[in-house]
Amino acid sequence: MGKGNGRQFPALAKAATGIGGFDEITGGGLPRGRTALVAGSAGAGKTLFGIEFIYRGVTQYGEPGVIVAFEETENELAENVASLGFDLKDLIKRKQLVLDFVRVERSEIEETGEYDLEALFIRLGHAIEQVKAKRVLLDTIEALFAALPNQGILRAELRRLFRWLKERGITAVITAERGEGALTRHGLEEYVSDCVVLLDHRVTEQVSTRRLRVVKYRGSQHGTNEYPFLIDRTGISVLPITSLGLNHKALNERVSTGIAALDAMLGGEGFFRGSSILVSGTPGSGKTSLAAHFVDAACKRGEGCLYFSFEESEHQIIRNMRSIGIDLGRWVERGLLRFHSARPHIQGLESHLALMLKQIGEFDPAAVVIDPVTNLAEVGTTHEASTMWIRLVDSLKSHGITAMFASLTSDQEHPEMSEAHISSLMDSWILLRNLESNGERNRGLYILKSRGMAHSNQIREFVLTNQGAQLCEVYTGTAGVLTGTARVAQEARERAENRARQQEIGRKQRELETKRQAMEAQIAALRAAFASESAEVEQMVSNARLADQAVNETMAILSQLRSGEAKNGPIGESKGGGNNGGNKKNGGSGRGQDERRRPTAS
Amino acid sequence: MAAVVEDRTSGAARQHPKLWQLRLYVAGQTPKCLTAFANLKKICEEHLAGEYEIEIIDLIEQPQLAAGDQILAIPSLVRKLPEPVRKIIGDLSNTERVLVGLDLREMG
Repeated sequence: MGKGNGRQFPALAKAATGIGGFDEITGGGLPRGRTALVAGSAGAGKTLFGIEFIYRGVTQYGEPGVIVAFEETENELAENVASLGFDLKDLIKRKQLVLDFVRVERSEIEETGEYDLEALFIRLGHAIEQVKAKRVLLDTIEALFAALPNQGILRAELRRLFRWLKERGITAVITAERGEGALTRHGLEEYVSDCVVLLDHRVTEQVSTRRLRVVKYRGSQHGTNEYPFLIDRTGISVLPITSLGLNHKALNERVSTGIAALDAMLGGEGFFRGSSILVSGTPGSGKTSLAAHFVDAACKRGEGCLYFSFEESEHQIIRNMRSIGIDLGRWVERGLLRFHSARPHIQGLESHLALMLKQIGEFDPAAVVIDPVTNLAEVGTTHEASTMWIRLVDSLKSHGITAMFASLTSDQEHPEMSEAHISSLMDSWILLRNLESNGERNRGLYILKSRGMAHSNQIREFVLTNQGAQLCEVYTGTAGVLTGTARVAQEARERAENRARQQEIGRKQRELETKRQAMEAQIAALRAAFASESAEVEQMVSNARLADQAVNETMAILSQLRSGEAKNGPIGESKGGGNNGGNKKNGGSGRGQDERRRPTAS
Repeated sequence: MAAVVEDRTSGAARQHPKLWQLRLYVAGQTPKCLTAFANLKKICEEHLAGEYEIEIIDLIEQPQLAAGDQILAIPSLVRKLPEPVRKIIGDLSNTERVLVGLDLREMG
């Protein structure tokens, strides 16, 4: 016995554990054909890790297993893990699993000379034989240290046991209690040189977080970080964070914000799909309302949405959003929207992250809302919080999920400063501010940044109506930024001024018209005066002509009367001839001159 | 592999109210197992003559029996009767401790 048919495995052959995330950080699981040590303090989850390894081995990888329990009976073990959906009894019935409880009581044992632990080997060998097991869990073999007084024999036998398992090509997990200043209380890590996994359950500021670290993995690359893990109704999930990088694809598709005016501010089409949006604002500035619009729009497109709420319950949000005309309840009913509400202090940041990633993985939404991120970050330190956001954002981006993060800012002068650690991760940043003036508060919205798209630089007033949120142009002028009633008043004032101006113009126009009419009247009067004057002149001319004629006729008559006295004529003629020599040619014209002179003279 | 080593007192001893029922677990005929059996035999003859029966179980042949008495170490001696059950591990070379283990000191 004990001489196994030593099968050889390639140096890096691995046995997948089926534990969510663990296989990713170890590049495939535990070393095949070797023994791995899982160490941790009480309640760290060692036994569960081992059992999940065995259970998944049977159910997912067709590798039968053996569980040797030193601390709990078969029934206790089976009951403990039944709540996680691990039906060990069924596996036993199907001859895929042997569960052997080894009870050792120090008080019942008397050492009386030399011995070895061959019986344990025989039991184990028998169990392995029964189901042709490939995987073995010894939980926890340290119990032997308490039961057997002779440590020398025990250590030699353990060394032999691990060699024996290796020779048989069994992939084994042994669990051990965490020791003071050492990995394990009894130095089991000395015997297990291939793979050591450390589980930790730490409580910081009354918040507990489970963490896992691969301390050692001979001949294999592995993540060396501490990874948070969760124990929930499906077993252990480890968060593989380092497997994520900055290589997610950037999608060109755009998704609506749910508010047409906001879409317009974002280049007319809304956010990029898969981008991360930060909505920050002071209390009551409308972050949740904005998020509700975003969710509503996504659901209307038939896309799944996951809403993580750390402040309000699902019902509270649904009720509140109904008041602005958004019915989120119908999307919940149709299975498009899922809420996850929890108080931030219920668990550590890492556990929150793990839980969120798990939910995202299960539901596979197109959009995610986290409302708000701020009080969640309070659970851990700033550093922890920022690494968590990096992990979360990376994970969301790699899944192409559009995410909206609501962030509560204090009412201070530069809200931009308070969120330096998260804002740099975000693609778009919408700031909601309370604008206080003239004894009232109004909501202002503006886009602080939006990578990769032209966006408005305007501050808009964000008005919540029972028809949803609306964005109004705010009054920005010499009087500063005016919102709310001040804006309305200003608008009224402007309208009044406008009207006054219009009236003034009308009045001026009318005045001008009157003036024009007056001018025309004057022109007409002048023209009339002129006409009458000219008529008078013409009258005078014709009168004069008639008078001339009459004179001429009189003269003619007179000359006729003085006929024979021709000498008189030349006398008159010599007078005119002395002035103008030209008169010789045209005696008539000379006479004409005389004629003209005469009326003026008269 | 040798047959199960067995030694029984007379059938009449079964009805004996003070019958000691001892079970020795071995794994083949290793030196330790043989030593243990020899030591047990000697002690029983000295202290329990005519009042005992020894059952030898070879786990190599019957591995399934190891679980019943929660046997880990080889050789292991189990006192089935009188109750309570007592367990002694080792090759029984330390007679003093065997007697303590079997609760034979007071009787002696």
